[in-house]
Amino acid sequence: MNQELPIPTPNPDSQAYWDAAREDKLVIRRCASCTALHFMPRHLCPHCWSTDLQWVQASGKGTVHSFSVIRRAPLQSYAPRVPYVVALIDLDEGPRMFSNIVGDGALETQVGSRVDVCFEARGDYKIPQFSLVKS
Amino acid sequence: MTPTDQLHNRVAIVGVGESDIGKVPGMSGLGLNAQAAKRALDDAGLKVSDIDGLLTAYSFTEPYFMLGSVMCEYLGLKPRFNASMVVGGCSPAIMLKHAAEAIVSGQCETVLVCAGENRATGQTRDQAVSALMAVGHPYFEQPYGPSIPSFYAMIARRHMAEFGTTEEHLAAVAVTTRQHALLHDNAHMKKPLTMSEVLNSKPIADPLKMLDCCLLSDAGGAFIVTSVERAKDLKSKPVYLAGIGEFHTHEHIMCAPSLTAFGAKESGEAAYRMARMTPADIDVAQLYDCFTIVPMIELEELGFCGRGESGPFYLEGHARIGGKLPVNTHGGMLSHAHAGAAGGLLGIVEAVRQLRGGLGPRQVEGAEVALVHNEGGILSSHCTMIFTKDQY
Repeated sequence: MNQELPIPTPNPDSQAYWDAAREDKLVIRRCASCTALHFMPRHLCPHCWSTDLQWVQASGKGTVHSFSVIRRAPLQSYAPRVPYVVALIDLDEGPRMFSNIVGDGALETQVGSRVDVCFEARGDYKIPQFSLVKS
Repeated sequence: MTPTDQLHNRVAIVGVGESDIGKVPGMSGLGLNAQAAKRALDDAGLKVSDIDGLLTAYSFTEPYFMLGSVMCEYLGLKPRFNASMVVGGCSPAIMLKHAAEAIVSGQCETVLVCAGENRATGQTRDQAVSALMAVGHPYFEQPYGPSIPSFYAMIARRHMAEFGTTEEHLAAVAVTTRQHALLHDNAHMKKPLTMSEVLNSKPIADPLKMLDCCLLSDAGGAFIVTSVERAKDLKSKPVYLAGIGEFHTHEHIMCAPSLTAFGAKESGEAAYRMARMTPADIDVAQLYDCFTIVPMIELEELGFCGRGESGPFYLEGHARIGGKLPVNTHGGMLSHAHAGAAGGLLGIVEAVRQLRGGLGPRQVEGAEVALVHNEGGILSSHCTMIFTKDQY
């Protein structure tokens, strides 16, 4: 049984995203035509279909839109982490992304909790994660 | 008139069937489909040679490429119309819509729609959970270890935060649905369930517990659709399709426009418009219920109660047989059966049976109009159907 946690799978849409994460940077796509930001990275803007896209660095700050504490792991590789928190994060820039809440007090996460990005090594890459901002 | 208005009162379901349900170790997945199809054919009083169209969905336990063609091959059919459609749990409703369009446009006359899998005995529980994890986005969700229940748990959590919904509200859905299943001889679950059993069941993904989650069953379901003209002189009383509408907003939860408002509102409005009806006309509803939060959200989206009011609706007994709007009178996917696309299909089977009448203690008295809602993904794809007892 493979006990390894999944590692990122870059493709032509997302290579720059994963390369930036390796440098501890969270980047998102901005449309140069209609100015809308979007997540996940795509070949074109999902709002206006322009292909004139830029990468911009996000502040890494956001708010928990919702979350769940997983008590039963879907795969053996996650079992040692139980209980762990999955969450939808509304970045301060607007787009929403899926992540874990990790670190001190993660199980105290609430809807509306403020969070800050951090990075977790996975294979040769890193994945963006979030931790609660101490109030 | 929009193009889909042409489906109003043009086709009828003339035969329904469900396979043996629960743990059925003597049957393959395709065998469950065949058993349900044979029962639907017998119910309609049709011959195998009358079927000139077939639609089916997908199977996790027997994942054939081109499942529609595989199904035809297994059943010995050589149809003029065939496809396998993959819109998750929404597939049966979408298949009915495509079958209706094919019949109305003259591509074929009589379509068999079937779905089913042996999810209880055809795989281990770990395999089932792992396979279902593929529903998460491979690059931007799966690295974080989500489970299917956790996606729906986030929807439940948001509902709680916005509307004050409680775990007791969720539990009331499971208890109500189980009460109905006890009235159905073929239901997977046969024991009564109490609120405290649900609330104290094993935590899976907060706030959802084991008994907030649907079953993993061996089950197949089938129905036969034909034109209203052809339906008139068949063995069983036809049930008419008055309205049908679909709407799609996303696939993965990270891209959902909202966690409390989904496309069921739009699919429902399209179905009501085609049927020339409002929620007040509906006598019984079969709502997709893969998790307890789901029929609650559908009640709100489909206009049966206001936003945030679905929990009290269940807790006060309005969804019970005999209540304001009986929901999932067969026991739903929480207590009757869930096996891939068969789950939503069996809601259609139950709607047809309710409108034909004669179900004993399970019968909704005076049922003349039934609504069925299927959803696929994470409340991503929606299709709402309205059926009537009489053509009008």
